[in-house]
Amino acid sequence: MEFSLAEEQQQMQDSLRRYLEKSYTFDDHRAQLKSSDKSTGIHWQAFAEFGLLGIGIPDDCGGLGDTTSVSGEGVFSEDTMIVMASIGRSLMVTPYLATVVLCGSVLRQLKTNIDCAAALAAIAAGEKKMALATYERQGRYQLSHVATTATLTADGYILSGTKTVVIHGDVADSLVISARIKNTVSDKQGIALFLVDKNTPGLTVRGYATNDGMSAADLSFAALHLPAAAMISDDGYPILERAIGYGIAALCAEAVGAMEALNEQTLEYSKNRKQFGVAIGTFQALQHRMVDMFIATEQARSITILVALKAGSRDDEQRDDERRKVIAAAKALVGQSARYVGQQAVQLHGGMGVVDELAISHYFKRLTAIDMTFGDSHYQRGQLGELLAA
Amino acid sequence: MNVDFSPAEQAFRQEVLTFLDTKLPANIRHKVLNGKRLVRDDFMRWQRILFDYGWGAPYSPKDAGGTGWNHTEIAIFDNECVDAGAPGLIAFGQKMLAPVLMAFGTPEQKAHYLPRIFKGEDFWCQGYSEPGSGSDLASLKTKAEKVGDKYIVNGQKIWTTQAQFADWIFCLVRTSNEGRPQQGISFLLIDMKSPGVSVRPIIMLDGEHEVNEVFFDNVDVPVANLVGEENKGWTCAKYLLSHERTGLNLVAVCKRWMRRLHHIARTEMANGKPLIEDTHFRDRLAQCEMELMAHEITLLRTLAAIAKSGSPGPEASIIKIRASELTQSIIELSMYAAGPEALAHIPEALDPAWHGDVGGYDYTPIVAGEYLNMRKLTIFGGSNEIQRNIIAQHVLGL
Repeated sequence: MEFSLAEEQQQMQDSLRRYLEKSYTFDDHRAQLKSSDKSTGIHWQAFAEFGLLGIGIPDDCGGLGDTTSVSGEGVFSEDTMIVMASIGRSLMVTPYLATVVLCGSVLRQLKTNIDCAAALAAIAAGEKKMALATYERQGRYQLSHVATTATLTADGYILSGTKTVVIHGDVADSLVISARIKNTVSDKQGIALFLVDKNTPGLTVRGYATNDGMSAADLSFAALHLPAAAMISDDGYPILERAIGYGIAALCAEAVGAMEALNEQTLEYSKNRKQFGVAIGTFQALQHRMVDMFIATEQARSITILVALKAGSRDDEQRDDERRKVIAAAKALVGQSARYVGQQAVQLHGGMGVVDELAISHYFKRLTAIDMTFGDSHYQRGQLGELLAA
Repeated sequence: MNVDFSPAEQAFRQEVLTFLDTKLPANIRHKVLNGKRLVRDDFMRWQRILFDYGWGAPYSPKDAGGTGWNHTEIAIFDNECVDAGAPGLIAFGQKMLAPVLMAFGTPEQKAHYLPRIFKGEDFWCQGYSEPGSGSDLASLKTKAEKVGDKYIVNGQKIWTTQAQFADWIFCLVRTSNEGRPQQGISFLLIDMKSPGVSVRPIIMLDGEHEVNEVFFDNVDVPVANLVGEENKGWTCAKYLLSHERTGLNLVAVCKRWMRRLHHIARTEMANGKPLIEDTHFRDRLAQCEMELMAHEITLLRTLAAIAKSGSPGPEASIIKIRASELTQSIIELSMYAAGPEALAHIPEALDPAWHGDVGGYDYTPIVAGEYLNMRKLTIFGGSNEIQRNIIAQHVLGL
């Protein structure tokens, strides 16, 4: 049993944190929010130099290969968790999740496909940003809800439909898009995956900022013609499920990083803010609240460790079930903690908690968005319930 | 015991409904019911319409030019206004300054300022909190130094709602440092156009401009603008608090947002069926409904107590706490019901003239901003921590 970071991991975390503390301060973040460039190019280069873009990418595709904490065949790296927690802590706007975690996870499972291998290499080299477009309106977190169709033609496919809230879809150079080749809307079978360049005629990308400072896009496909080679999988559901599982683990780590920062800042504020002649941190009601925030964060951290280890379990029936339960439980619990810590950090800052000028509300908005991504805590608790009852 | 309005009260309600139906401008109604941004003119126009109808002072007694309504009638009026989509009356002039002027003002002050409030000629804001004086309001430092026939005011107020629209500000200022802090506070009326007054917007977490900082740099204020006695301003402030607590009941807002939540729940799909059929979601909706039922009756109990004894019983302290927490629960559930599409940040959507494509429904670009904005409810108006202290001390005797 070991819960400490290995030496190289500690070094990686330290240097990444140092970089972010220097190069992505809250002022930098506010400047980023006003900027029309959503791709955070400078930092992407720095990430490439640090080797962070190669995490989880096979070494035969130019990545760092399988690192520690391999649980069976699927790899979910502790290093990814370190990067995501640091991102959460610094509020960094970056398409890291979309590119390296989500698309990296999809492509890694399909690396024998030559285009997927090339895309993986481009990611690792810092040449490409990517996004995963699978969720659709009225699908409500249900991964198998794919109404977008891919109709077979003489030389390929025609895609028709829409995708919604594609994380960092606005900055992606290319996208992994799910579309149905057979069966009905919610069927797990019959979902194919396509690798599509952003400039493909027939693909419309409508980008927008999201409340949490990140950005997303809605996609629409109007007679989007793709060559046959664009299809990288004709059975996309299991691949998507695993990738979203990793995405969930990554978001849990990001949330823990954000919660840590909120707790630290709230504690500091409570020691400095004086009313009635004393620091408000001396009021027992507020002390208990901060303790509860601390406990919620530690529980979130614990279950995040668990999901990091289990998200990549080998595919056999028992482990599959366990894996799904842990993923649902982690997202649900971290979502609850995130909501609680975010709301209470705002409350304990008084009026300062609701202003744009301070970082507190920004962390709160990011935590809110994390809860509402890949299934909110209520949805995930329901999923866990169904798995428990089966 | 019964929870019904009397026939007279029901008739009054009908009168209010008819008034709203005929007099509330459609464009204002649309803005309010759809969560759009309101401007100064919306408030002033509505105030004028009320005045022309004879209802310009719904919270004031007849001998001060008001409607003379009792607390129940006021609650009915407020409730129906919110329900119909009328903008909240500029609370600071109507609900806060007017009662203070009536109780503590000189005949000249009443004759001058009250009609201008009721006619919608002066827009008032409230200068209470300071950066160093939030919950501990009595520690305020903005100084008013008497020099001849004027006060010279220096200092700063914060969280001043709608100061950007205001013509006047009523301020608690420090006129003495002797004795306890409460004993050196005065209630002063200041013209926002006075040289030395400046307003700095504070942008909130939803990106909107609602509150401000107001700076006073050697501002000359005539002594005639002092309300009540010098150093007795805290009495005015306390007088207001006893009037204020039932005003923050938000019952009508909760009801309107519950109706919208039902609409969202029947529009959004989950697993191929309307969200309302998802039992996990429905449980949470039921939770909000039952809390709202209880909250409304607590409000009615409070009103009944006031009608009998003239002053609110202990129930009144619960009102603000429950109102704020319940409103937050309802808007939170609404945001979750609207789903991830609600995360898109579209500030243009708050513009009444905007008719863009949001990739959702009418409510989709509105609810997340409201969720974020409503976090202020448990903080402003006396934080819920302070409210709980009040109950602990003055109700439970702890």
